[in-house]
Amino acid sequence: MSVTAPHDAVADAAGPLARAHAVLATLPDPEIPVLSLVDLGIVRSVEMDADGTLCVGLSPTYSGCPATTMIRADTAAALAAAGFSRVRIVDVLSPPWSSDWISADGRRKLEAYGIAPPPAPVASVRAVVAPEAPVACPRCRSTDTELLSEFGSTPCKALHRCRACLEPFDRFKCI
Amino acid sequence: MSALTPEAAARVAPDVRVCHLLRIADTSLVLAQRLGEWVGHAPAIEEDLGLANTSLDLLGQARLLLSHAGELEGRGRDEDALAFLRDEADYVNATLAEQLNGDFGDTIVRQFLLDAYQLELYERLVVSADRRLAEIAAKAVKETRYHLRFSSGWLVRLGDGTAESHARVQASLDRLWPYTRELFDADSVDREIAAAGIGPDVGVLAEAWSRRVDGVLQQATLRRPADTPFHWYGKRGQHSEHLGYLLADLQYLQRAHPGARW
Repeated sequence: MSVTAPHDAVADAAGPLARAHAVLATLPDPEIPVLSLVDLGIVRSVEMDADGTLCVGLSPTYSGCPATTMIRADTAAALAAAGFSRVRIVDVLSPPWSSDWISADGRRKLEAYGIAPPPAPVASVRAVVAPEAPVACPRCRSTDTELLSEFGSTPCKALHRCRACLEPFDRFKCI
Repeated sequence: MSALTPEAAARVAPDVRVCHLLRIADTSLVLAQRLGEWVGHAPAIEEDLGLANTSLDLLGQARLLLSHAGELEGRGRDEDALAFLRDEADYVNATLAEQLNGDFGDTIVRQFLLDAYQLELYERLVVSADRRLAEIAAKAVKETRYHLRFSSGWLVRLGDGTAESHARVQASLDRLWPYTRELFDADSVDREIAAAGIGPDVGVLAEAWSRRVDGVLQQATLRRPADTPFHWYGKRGQHSEHLGYLLADLQYLQRAHPGARW
C-alpha cells in the first residue's frame, strides 16, 4: 500500500479551477441523480481567492428546495475528497436560477431518465408569447399528454400523464 | 416606488427596516406552517403535493428574509433564533396568514388572497433600494406566480363548480375578507419604507391587488364582499387567538431543548 501526500490543488498542472469544475460536473443532484450540478445549471462560479480558498457560487433552484442543504454538503465533501482543503460555498440568488439554465446535455439526460425536460431556451419574443408546445411523453414520445398536477414529487417537477401509453410521468417545471 | 439608491435605504433606521422585513417573512413562515398541516390530509394526492410544495417555497422565502433581517439587526440573531425564539407578540405577520385551515375551500381562499398580495408585493420589490431584498424578491416572484396559478385555478373550480362548492367557498370568502384590510393599512413603517424606495407605496399595492383579485373572483362567479370596519393588527403584534397554538407547535423543539441541532 502506498501512501500519497495530500494533493496540492493549487499546484496541480491541470489547473485547480478546471479540476474543481470537473468534480462538480460529476457530482449528482441528490433528488435527480441523473443530472450533475453543472447539468442542472446551478454552479454559478468557481474561483480561487487570493489566499487559496476555492470559492464555489451555487444557486438554489427553488427557495425552499430541501435538497439545497444536501447539495452544499455534497459539494464540500466532494471537493475535499479531491484535495481542496479550503473551500467556501456562496449562495448566489441573483440573477435567479431558471430552468433555461439546464444544459442541453442535462435535458437529454432528463428525458432518458423518464422526466420530460423543459424546452430548450429560445431567444425569440414570439416564442415567449406563443402557446406552449405540447409536452412529449418521455417513454413513447406521444404529445397526447395532460397535466395531472402543477406540483410533483419535488419542488421542480409537475405531474403529467400520457394518453397514448397511459403512463404518468414527471415534467421539469419551466420557471 | 421610485428607484432610489442603496444609500437612501441605508438612511432608514435599522429597526424600521427589520420590522418591514419581518412582516413579509413572518407572513410567509406562518402560512408555510399552516399549509404544512395539510400534509397527508388533502383531498387528493395532487393537492397534498401542491400545498406542501407551496409551503416549502414559502418557508424558503421566509428563511432568506429572516436571515437578511437578522443581519440588518446586528444583534446576532440568525434565521433560527428569529423563527423559534420570538414570542407571539413579536411576530408581525398578517393576521390572515394564521387563520385556521378550515376546509379545503377556506385554505384556497386564504391562499389566493395572500398569493395575489405577495405577487403584487414581490413584483415591486425586485427594484427595491435594498439590493438583497430585491434579489430575494426576484427569486420569490417566479415561485409566487406558480402559487397563484394553483390557488386561482382552485378558486375558479370551486366558485364556478356545484351549488354546494359555490356556496361554501363564497362563505369562506365572506369570512376571511375582513382580514385583508390590514394588508393595505399603511402605518409609519410602511410610509418610511416607501419614501426610501425600499418597498412599494401601499396605496398603489392595494389598487393592483384589488384589480387582480376582482378578475379572478369574476371568473369564479364569486361576489366580492363589502369592506367592513373590522380590523386586525397582526403586523403590530396583536394577533387572533390562533397564532399562539401555531407557534407552540412550530417552536416546541427549540423551547424544550434549547440549541438542539441535528
